[in-house]
Amino acid sequence: MSGESATRITPGNALRPEDIAEKVAAGTRISQDVAEYALRLGDDALILAQRLGWWISRAPEIEEDIALGNIALDLLGHARSFLTYAGSAWGKTEDDLAYWRSEPEFRSSFLVEQPNGDFAKTIARQLVFSLYQYELYSRLVNSADETLAAIAAKALKEVDYHRDHAIQWTLRLGDGTEESHRRMKSGLDSVWPYVDELFADDELIDRLAGVAVRPSELRAPFDALLAQVLDEATLQVPEVQPAMTGNRGSQHSEHLGYILAEMQVIAREHPGATW
Amino acid sequence: MATAAKTPVTEAGQSANRGSWPLWEVFVRSARGLSHVHAGSLHAPDAEMAVRNARDLYTRRNEGVSLWVVPASAIVASDPDAKGAFFESPQGKDYRHAMYYKKSEGVKHL
Amino acid sequence: MATQTDARELHAVPSEEDQAGQAYFDRIIAEDSRIEPSDWMPEAYRKTLVRQISQHAHSEIIGMQPEANFITRAPSLKRKAILMAKVQDEAGHGLYLYSAAETLGTPREELFDQLLTGRAKYSSIFNYPALTWADMGAIGWLVDGAAIVNQVPLCRASYGPYGRAMVRICKEESFHQRQGFEILLELANGTPAQKQMAQDAINRFYAPALMMFGPNDDASPNSQQSMRWNIKRFSNDELRQRFVGMIQEQVKVLGLTLPDDKIRFNEETGQWEHGELDWNEFYEVLKGRGPCNAQRMERRREAHENGAWVREAASAYAAKQAQKAQVA
Repeated sequence: MSGESATRITPGNALRPEDIAEKVAAGTRISQDVAEYALRLGDDALILAQRLGWWISRAPEIEEDIALGNIALDLLGHARSFLTYAGSAWGKTEDDLAYWRSEPEFRSSFLVEQPNGDFAKTIARQLVFSLYQYELYSRLVNSADETLAAIAAKALKEVDYHRDHAIQWTLRLGDGTEESHRRMKSGLDSVWPYVDELFADDELIDRLAGVAVRPSELRAPFDALLAQVLDEATLQVPEVQPAMTGNRGSQHSEHLGYILAEMQVIAREHPGATW
Repeated sequence: MATAAKTPVTEAGQSANRGSWPLWEVFVRSARGLSHVHAGSLHAPDAEMAVRNARDLYTRRNEGVSLWVVPASAIVASDPDAKGAFFESPQGKDYRHAMYYKKSEGVKHL
Repeated sequence: MATQTDARELHAVPSEEDQAGQAYFDRIIAEDSRIEPSDWMPEAYRKTLVRQISQHAHSEIIGMQPEANFITRAPSLKRKAILMAKVQDEAGHGLYLYSAAETLGTPREELFDQLLTGRAKYSSIFNYPALTWADMGAIGWLVDGAAIVNQVPLCRASYGPYGRAMVRICKEESFHQRQGFEILLELANGTPAQKQMAQDAINRFYAPALMMFGPNDDASPNSQQSMRWNIKRFSNDELRQRFVGMIQEQVKVLGLTLPDDKIRFNEETGQWEHGELDWNEFYEVLKGRGPCNAQRMERRREAHENGAWVREAASAYAAKQAQKAQVA
């Protein structure tokens, strides 16, 4: 074969946000509860994508600009699918939800709202979140809600890679130099207060039995794998108190206001405009 | 500069040794049934990261189903200065090729 | 061949090896074939290529910044995804080009060093600010458009690794210009404020985009040598005129205008003509006095310096693992 084969490109045929939008346009309507649950999933992915997007052009090596960019793009794809689906409950689009909700209407967790910090803190946040998200999606694929299950099935394969990326870097920073070890430890300490919120059950989860994944079920496998990774990385599970968080309600970390101000500024200068 | 030709040993050239990450050559198999084809190079601290970086850099558009990464320093190339002599032998041996045999032209299934 | 002289002439007597190398090189160029990394090549050819390819790579890397600044502010999620993918591609293109430059024997670390110490240049267009969302459109349509006109002939550059990198880049860039054009199209058909934003962006990027092709032919002595070496295939002015012809037609689809009333097709020469460009401004920006030169360099330097401990950590880990493997 000619050298051309190394540059052969195709778009692939996975589930896209546009496919969800088509289903919604064709009349898919969901309950308030399912929509609320989809918002939680979508907002976590959206806010984390927003955070990671900042790294593109600022990463420690250009290869890493691309790696973090890929992860951010995957998460943004998940967010778009979940938000499009959630919006079907209220006749809203992904953009209505992303750009025209205010802080209290977001359902993101405190963890994804945390600042990027240095590369070690970003990796610590990635490690915690991707381990959690992997356990979550690997169960959501069995949801009684077919759309949630389908989005999770596509996302799971991507998150598997995010998890691997975070683990590889945790090993290298933990067991690299003294400085990287110190920074990695400090990164883990700084995200650790916001871990518990990810695994908290509430009434919405109770009402959505069979549709939603029970967060508390994810904790044991999460802890087991995390302990194994940290051990190999010569690090310890942080002994840091959990913080009071918003528990997926209207209260958020102080950071979210700034995140939204930046994310929404252009869209809000032009109400009713299309882009 | 007489040494110019000898500096880069492979397509990759030599790898830098200033605390920066070594150079890896990347080969992509675009579909089952095809060979891995050289796609380019990248920098990575070790083999595990090299194959991951290769995935991110060279297969963002479904270009591949399999990747090889090889330390650039591990590639042995034929001697560039001897290229004339090294590849001379097959020249002119047209009896290795089917079209040399004219008399059987037109005979079916041959 | 007397025209293909280079630094080696400083040596009183070229060695036998060099004479043979030069003859072989000249034959490859005359046949319009490709030079590969292990081939003998004139030192000046090597230097020209390292300079051109690394400048091109630096432009991709610095060029990420004005667009990356809008990733967090993109006004729709679809546009955010497209922009992220595009800026990420630019990082990829930078890497393809650095790897082509490295085959000439200059390691990436050295190329970075040249950039960060100001010894290497990058395209001056990226020293202009991106101020509004419409600038994402103008950069895609005009800046990437100009880049593509420049790059397509480079796919046939005489240096093999450069040509191959350009083939890959051109394939990937096909979406970059289109997404820019569609941003502008959407704005041009949007609210009056959006339309105004689009026209304003075109007004600001038009002249700098035309200057991306480099100085006029009579002020660009190096171009001649590059064309003889089959690195460049067309002159700066030829490519610029070709580009003007393309965009004067495309702008009509947008229902907007180019800020140049001198654009006309010259029937006699068969060329597109445009108004005078402010070359004084071009050289000022090139010398580092553009609106964003200092800012772009500072951001690049910061990213590189802040990443040093990460790169060291990964190297240290690799060394430890290698040692463990040896002991085991």
